[in-house]
Amino acid sequence: MTEQGSIIYLDNGATTKPFDEAVEAALWAMREDYFNPSSAYAQALSVSKKIQRARENVAALMGLPAAGVVFTGGGTEGDNLALLGSVTAARAGKKHIIISAIEHSAVSETAHFLSKQGHDVDLVPVDVSGRVTCEALTERLRPDTFLVSIMHVNNETGAVNDLAALGRLVHEVSPQALFHADGVQALGRVALDGAQSEIDLYTVSGHKINATKGVGALYIRKGVRLVGMQLGGGQEGGLRSGTENVPGILAFGAAAERYLKNKQQYVDHMFALKQRLWNGLCESVEGVIINGPHADAGAPHILNVSFTGVRSEVLLHALEGEGVLVGMGSACSSRRVKISVVLRAMGLDTERAQGAIRFSFSPLNTEEEIDAVLPIIKRQVELLRRYQRR
Amino acid sequence: MQADVILVRVGEIHLKGLNRPFFEQMLIRQVRLALEEYGVKVERAEGRLSVRGFAPEQTPQVMDRLRRVFGVYSVSAAREVSKDLDTVRKAAAEAMQGRSGTFKVLARRSDKQYPLDSMQLAADIGGYILENVPGWTVDVKNPQHKLSVEIREQVAYVYEETPLGVGGMPIGTGGKAMLLLSGGIDSPVAGWMCAKRGMRLEAVHFESPPYTSARSLEKVLQLAKELSLWCGPIRVHVVPFTDVQMKIHDHCPDGELTLIMRRFMMRIACRLARQQNCGAVITGESLGQVASQTMDALGVTDESADLPVFRPLISFDKVEIMERARHIGTYETSILPYEDCCTVFVPRHPVTRPKLANIKASESKLDVQALEDEALANTKQIWVGRKEL
Repeated sequence: MTEQGSIIYLDNGATTKPFDEAVEAALWAMREDYFNPSSAYAQALSVSKKIQRARENVAALMGLPAAGVVFTGGGTEGDNLALLGSVTAARAGKKHIIISAIEHSAVSETAHFLSKQGHDVDLVPVDVSGRVTCEALTERLRPDTFLVSIMHVNNETGAVNDLAALGRLVHEVSPQALFHADGVQALGRVALDGAQSEIDLYTVSGHKINATKGVGALYIRKGVRLVGMQLGGGQEGGLRSGTENVPGILAFGAAAERYLKNKQQYVDHMFALKQRLWNGLCESVEGVIINGPHADAGAPHILNVSFTGVRSEVLLHALEGEGVLVGMGSACSSRRVKISVVLRAMGLDTERAQGAIRFSFSPLNTEEEIDAVLPIIKRQVELLRRYQRR
Repeated sequence: MQADVILVRVGEIHLKGLNRPFFEQMLIRQVRLALEEYGVKVERAEGRLSVRGFAPEQTPQVMDRLRRVFGVYSVSAAREVSKDLDTVRKAAAEAMQGRSGTFKVLARRSDKQYPLDSMQLAADIGGYILENVPGWTVDVKNPQHKLSVEIREQVAYVYEETPLGVGGMPIGTGGKAMLLLSGGIDSPVAGWMCAKRGMRLEAVHFESPPYTSARSLEKVLQLAKELSLWCGPIRVHVVPFTDVQMKIHDHCPDGELTLIMRRFMMRIACRLARQQNCGAVITGESLGQVASQTMDALGVTDESADLPVFRPLISFDKVEIMERARHIGTYETSILPYEDCCTVFVPRHPVTRPKLANIKASESKLDVQALEDEALANTKQIWVGRKEL
């Protein structure tokens, strides 16, 4: 088994290795700038200003106004706050809520909770490429729909939803509706690009962009009414009470800053890695199918493929044995022997879904790593294919 | 009643005659190990053990711990007082303070010179309690509380309850055996039942990466840890088995896969057992649960062993095994889903009435010795529980 240092990490959809800048920022906040930003003295004010700078950086990377950005404890918390906070702030009464069939559990579980509370929750299905179409959404929109939540980039397949078109549609049919998008996998990879005007709520997470775990942000458009789900000292405009996670926030800001400096370069780099891997697989391994968008489309950092005749968990461990770490299903649900809801919703048959491996990149991955990984994948897939059940 | 001593009664040990000191010594050792963190003193006392030096508020935990030591028949938390009758009366009365109901006194004396005999003693103590402690009445047929009074050679004891211990024989008195430990419900129970008869345990587990994962091994180690709470530290031998399975898959008929695999496991387990000075091998097999556990199949597996094979669960129903697993604390871990993540090495149609000659013929296509040697050479050992002293 290879040591920590020499693994090849291709599971960046699950989490990413923090940039040095992010680690430094967090350490500094722990060693030097440890003050509570709400305290009255100058040192606290200085920390408070640093938080504001981090906020501006994260907002700039999101492509949204900093005034609307609230720091949270992560992507899941942001999704919860968006859904529960908006429903709670509104007038009492049954609400119509639409989410896509392939949302992350942070959204789907919260929506499920709301449906148990008596609200009307509809799932809009996806097409074979894993995207929500305007036609499908139209069928479910009602003039009195309260909230629509559709993820920007799917974490399993990298499928990208056209938020601009979907958002416009939502506000045409239901002018009062809130349009929320889980942008956790989009930040730093797929820009909002024209959808800014339609987005009412947008969730992002720190540890997916080479910052630390335990921090995220929720953008709330001015005028959107939300009630904080974590009550207390009134921090973050009352929307997220609790002493700020200064190390996490400053790390988030530092990572966002680095992404801002290299925005297009990073996107191009990750796309190049994805295509290098896909082309390499096509050339050297038989029976490889892509799940989701084509290799030159979708999010730049996610490649989901099935290897026929091989079970994904077995292949995952086989690759692990050679120091290559990849994803299977989605990180949160890999402990259970279940077919991925996402792949199922895309219409994939059981055998293909059971063989799905997710490769996902960050700006820290290199071409050399891809080149090193290809023969390993070939070797292990061929070995495992020899032992098919008779 | 605040206890000064816990009396520990032994079970079958009293049958052991000349071997008795050895058995008692092993039991004392196990009791000391079990109570290490309480800093107690354990001594032999007239055919029983006495445990002293625990803090009064620790009494329930110490009692609980003791009741799980193999070899302990029952325990009592007692007050130890001088034999003089008046002292004994007062201690008995104190024990009955603050409660009420019906009671009876059970009196015994090993000191035959004592002025009162057992019956008189019971009546005397009973009378004293009635006179001095409000709220009690005597019911000799079906009392709510029984107070025991014992007059021994040096001292007297007063106690109420005698909860039963787990029974069995002290670890170390039954030799050593090698348990084939899988992640399932059965094998930990089989190991426990043998440990209960005094056997020290070693364990062997066969893993098949990448078909099994780090999590499935972790589950097995967790099971061993839960067992070690009963029977002391266990050395787990983890044998890499993928290569063997692949060779069998390549050269032998599909239906015989499982049986040939089990024979390999048995042979490897026996070799390890001999290396570790074990006198037997233990499995969790029970009759008729799965195809490899029909009478014929068990016979085929058994033939490959050259040490006695203990199968304590052979006649148990699944439900009975599950109950035991709950009792010993391994059930919850056993049902965690980290098993083989692939069914490649499970035959579609396993043979249920195998013929030994056929199985051996299939086996002869493999270089059995070389495969076993390779597996043993790459076996790793992991200690679970405290390291052996």
